[in-house]
Amino acid sequence: MSVDIATVKKIASLARIAITEDEAARIAPELDNIMGWIEQLGEVDTSEVAPMTAVIPNHLRLRDDVVTDGGVRDAVLSNAPQAEHGFFTVPKVIE
Amino acid sequence: MTDLTELGVAAIRDGVRDGAFSAREVAEAFNANVARAKVLNAFLVETPDHALAAADAADAARAAGETLKPLAGVPIGMKDLFCTKGVASTAASLILEGFTPPYESTVSGKLWEAGAGMLGKLNMDQFAMGSSNETSAFGNVISPWRRNDGGNAALAPGGSSGGSSAAIAARLCPAATGTDTGGSIRQPAAFVGISGIKPTYGRCSRWGVVAFASSLDQAGPMARDVRDCAIMLEAMSGFDPKDATSLDLPVPRWEAGLSGDLKGKRIGIPKEYRVENMPAEIDALWQQGIAWARDAGAEIVEVSLPHTKYALPAYYIIAPAEASSNLARYDGVRYGLRDLPEGAGLQDMYAATRAAGFGPEVKRRIMIGTYVLSAGFYDAYFTQASKVRALIARDFDRAWESCDLLLTPTAPSAAFALGEKSADPIAMYLNDVFTVPSSLAGLPAMSVPGGLDSNGLPLGLQIIGKALDEQSVLNAGLALEQRAGFTARAEAWW
Repeated sequence: MSVDIATVKKIASLARIAITEDEAARIAPELDNIMGWIEQLGEVDTSEVAPMTAVIPNHLRLRDDVVTDGGVRDAVLSNAPQAEHGFFTVPKVIE
Repeated sequence: MTDLTELGVAAIRDGVRDGAFSAREVAEAFNANVARAKVLNAFLVETPDHALAAADAADAARAAGETLKPLAGVPIGMKDLFCTKGVASTAASLILEGFTPPYESTVSGKLWEAGAGMLGKLNMDQFAMGSSNETSAFGNVISPWRRNDGGNAALAPGGSSGGSSAAIAARLCPAATGTDTGGSIRQPAAFVGISGIKPTYGRCSRWGVVAFASSLDQAGPMARDVRDCAIMLEAMSGFDPKDATSLDLPVPRWEAGLSGDLKGKRIGIPKEYRVENMPAEIDALWQQGIAWARDAGAEIVEVSLPHTKYALPAYYIIAPAEASSNLARYDGVRYGLRDLPEGAGLQDMYAATRAAGFGPEVKRRIMIGTYVLSAGFYDAYFTQASKVRALIARDFDRAWESCDLLLTPTAPSAAFALGEKSADPIAMYLNDVFTVPSSLAGLPAMSVPGGLDSNGLPLGLQIIGKALDEQSVLNAGLALEQRAGFTARAEAWW
């Protein structure tokens, strides 16, 4: 099995999603099945092709290097679960 | 007096302009239908006052003798993926519960500027991840359609724009916005017997639309007919400097350019879309569509898109990979849900918040995306999928050497019952087999209703066009619509 329980726990940790042992045991065969189905991409000879970077040809624009936005601190903070003194607040971080 | 909720976008616009009825009467009629249809669960938020205010503005403008705006007096539904200023926007996820955007998405803003009003925010698959509307955190949308077997099984309205499709089919709104990442406008349109178009990638701004997979996400309209889609698409499209991939091109006048005459057009029939186990009814409808296109003057040619079978697996690497990056922003700090277990530190807060806020399908896709982007796997999965995507786009480019449009079925089946496919993710993913390739190539594609299956459920036909050639897609859609004469509708039981 390419996606085992240990792999699921590692992915969940990288993705910052808390999971229980039971969930990991349930998710592992699901993901393994999906990844097994996706493996068929390996059959395709892509040696002569570059990865797609833009789906419709377009040029990346540059704009003048000036301030075009701002002064909306309260609006930015208005949806925060917790904001104090004009800042987002999070639990104390001790390294 | 005619029931105003039987009217589409063009008929409402023209009737308000000509004084046949007031915009307020229209808004009140649709508000009443919305209020009566709660069992369908199509709306997450109802905004009757927004619709009435826009209607009153239209009536006042007419009374003052002003030229009316293109959508004056037309109330619409707004998929909950679009951020709407001052109106809760959740993308049908608990992680955004309580989020009230202090800004307006570009597309919704353009619709309001064009005079439209909002009846409410439409339910959808959570973060647009799903094909049946069963991944919403706020309950399934029930299709207004039922099989004619007397069983009354609750059917899926398709997804992810399932609230949009159900609301239009049930006459709760004449038109709605949808978004399409791998088929989320076209498949739900097909399931409920309405029309919907995904324009060329970059036509509609993504600014203010909750992101799923940014290289694929594209907004588009859903409505009861092709003309109404053209009117809506004109209002929704246009260059936006706030979206780096927005196309800086003028918006064509698609409605004025509509013509069901397909003389001189070559329509390709891709042989690889004749998939194994395709129901005979789907194939029969496809053959009927080919006959209609020929009757409209088109020349039919067989074409080959050799990498078609690899589109779905490539999509299920690319879309989850982009989603895992895009959804990293939901961390319990800036908006939405925060789950802070007793004594937890910052990392624990992130993990607890995301575990509590994301639904199972969203977690599944974030984890697939994280896996395929993780050290040691990136080249084998993401780079390979991006190369296959280039080959799929090249298949279309080669097909355009011998044809102008492609005609295919929209979905491999009619609407299925809720719960029928939700246990098997791959079976659900396969529902998008005909819509994903054109999404990967960024091409405009539309679904129009073609007929009913033996259970009395709608089936759709898909037209795919060259980049920027929405006009030919709409015109072919119109030609099919004129010949299909699709008038079937869900009998009201709600």
